[in-house]
Amino acid sequence: MAFVNLQNVTYQYPLTKTPALQNINLQVDEGEFVAVVGPNGAGKSTLCYALAGFVPHFFKGEISGTIEVAGKESSKSTLDEWVLNVGLAFQNPFNQISGAKYTVFEEIAFGLENIGVPREEMKSRVEDAMALTGIRDLADRSPYSLSGGQQQRVALTSILVMRPRLLVLDEPTSQMDPIGTREVFGTIRKMAEDGMTVVLVEHKMEWIAQFADRVVALKDGSILLEGKPGEVLTSDLLAENGFGSSRYTSTAREAKKRGLWRKENLPVTLDEAVEGFALTLPFSSPKGAPRGRGESGK
Amino acid sequence: MKIEIKDLRFTFPTGLEALKGISLTIEAGEQVAIVGQNGAGKTTLVRHFNGLLQPASGSVMIGDWDVKKYSVAKLATRVGYVFQNPDEQLFSRDVLTEVTFGPKNLGYAKEKIDELVQRALSLTELNDKTETNPYDLSPTWRKMVALASIIAMDTPIVIFDEPTTGQDALNVARIANAISELRMEGKTVITITHDIDFCAENFDRVIALSNGQVLLDGPAREILGQDEVLAQTYVDPPQLTRLGKRLGLKETVRNQEEFLKAIT
Ligand SMILES: Nc1ncnc2c1ncn2[C@@H]1O[C@H](COP(=O)(O)OP(=O)(O)OP(=O)(O)O)[C@@H](O)[C@H]1O
Ligand SMILES: Nc1ncnc2c1ncn2[C@@H]1O[C@H](COP(=O)(O)OP(=O)(O)O)[C@@H](O)[C@H]1O
Ligand SMILES: [Mg+2]
Ligand SMILES: [Mg+2]
Repeated sequence: MAFVNLQNVTYQYPLTKTPALQNINLQVDEGEFVAVVGPNGAGKSTLCYALAGFVPHFFKGEISGTIEVAGKESSKSTLDEWVLNVGLAFQNPFNQISGAKYTVFEEIAFGLENIGVPREEMKSRVEDAMALTGIRDLADRSPYSLSGGQQQRVALTSILVMRPRLLVLDEPTSQMDPIGTREVFGTIRKMAEDGMTVVLVEHKMEWIAQFADRVVALKDGSILLEGKPGEVLTSDLLAENGFGSSRYTSTAREAKKRGLWRKENLPVTLDEAVEGFALTLPFSSPKGAPRGRGESGK
Repeated sequence: MKIEIKDLRFTFPTGLEALKGISLTIEAGEQVAIVGQNGAGKTTLVRHFNGLLQPASGSVMIGDWDVKKYSVAKLATRVGYVFQNPDEQLFSRDVLTEVTFGPKNLGYAKEKIDELVQRALSLTELNDKTETNPYDLSPTWRKMVALASIIAMDTPIVIFDEPTTGQDALNVARIANAISELRMEGKTVITITHDIDFCAENFDRVIALSNGQVLLDGPAREILGQDEVLAQTYVDPPQLTRLGKRLGLKETVRNQEEFLKAIT
């Protein structure tokens, strides 16, 4: 059976008139990297909360259907049990700092300390995690004296250090610089290859196409489309429903109307765009992808 | 209104030197994007424009005002700043009160306040949310409220810190539209952004900061093509600029229009 299994999940927040999630059916295999896309209010964060146990345990409200992760059912578990398997990085990184610690190092170690990980192991796990997100030089800084992107890196690192079996990331790179974003995507990809299951909400289509295994497109609380990134992210259905797209996709779509894009499929990544537009420009000689910058796919 | 920065240096109480000698002139009515890696000093720089931070040395002039000699309240008549984290900015119990607070505080006449508030709400598509408590909104809509409440103040200089973060395509288009409205009114718009495609499509001038210093400053077309220098501050060129380069186009292209023209 799938590692994550949502069956007919419908959920409504207290005091609201319409469900935020409607009849969601979603299966994710262990080690799979699934990206969730959708416009504002689609239910992306609510889906993250449902996977992480906050819906319904923390937010209350009315839920039907079943949510299973690692063979356990959410409604039959407590939040304390649930978070042992599932880690969530919140959409707003600014209020994820615990407030209990004086240095970034201690902040990241906080969760491990709580579950009683021995000092030596804790130290090496924190150092490894900080290396993954590029914040080793922040170790001795106060968690309150950081830039926006640095705070987001600390918040992400304190989830990664726990090595949850299911990693749920709600727009984890929203405050990050462009090359840092690409590097974090690469890190998450590697963790999925090592067996961690990842569900990630993002708007950055170019990197989703390059790094994720599958895309789920949400709108108005329902799954509109799901499948391979290259197919979902270029579909007309998404374009018609107010979903964003990479500039490669939108420009090729316009070029196609003018007869300047000759391939059947639209591109999402740079390599796909270069390949397709090279057909329009028979005399140009596309330059090779720069090496070692993670631009050439998985 | 002109902004003139001369050899600005700033060190936080922790001892960290965040700005290491910045000199810049931004003319009245310019549209400027500031880019650069996390921790480069972007937010620290603009917080000097409205008095939230005070220069350790060097100077910042807003028009004929030296920021050292004016209070935050006074500077608010000239500079509006939308915080990177909207939660540091919002405090009212409903959206309408929040957006009305700024212009009211600046002492405008009632009719002008109503007009400014109405326009700010329309630009940010908040008309149906005026009675909502900002804290019941998602972080993305809270950011739209933060934008509206600064736009409503009608200051000659407007600063946005990461406005498009987490926004969907519709809201990004609304923000771009708001910026172009402000441009037409002759306002100076300074936007900090990691969204380089948005930067390429909406700004004439780009300043790249790195490690507390200006790394690059010039017309967007010149700056955004310099992939190797930009990489020093962890910035990639825009998608279509990268594509143009890989296809061997002679000119640096920044947006769809330029790209399609170049391949036609
Ligand atoms: N309150 C503070 N106390 C001490 N140091 C700070 C404080 N705020 C920021 N810093 C440090 O100052 C430097 C510049 O931070 P700043 O917030 O200006 O960066 P930024 O360019 O806006 O980055 P980001 O893209 O992540 O928002 C960083 O090294 C940061 O850690
Ligand atoms: N805590 C909450 N209480 C009530 N309604 C909420 C809450 N959080 C989100 N919602 C509502 O649920 C719907 C989905 O929101 P959300 O999951 O935040 O969407 P997204 O993350 O895709 O922007 C929206 O209509 C939103 O207003
Ligand atoms: Mg959300
Ligand atoms: Mg900042």
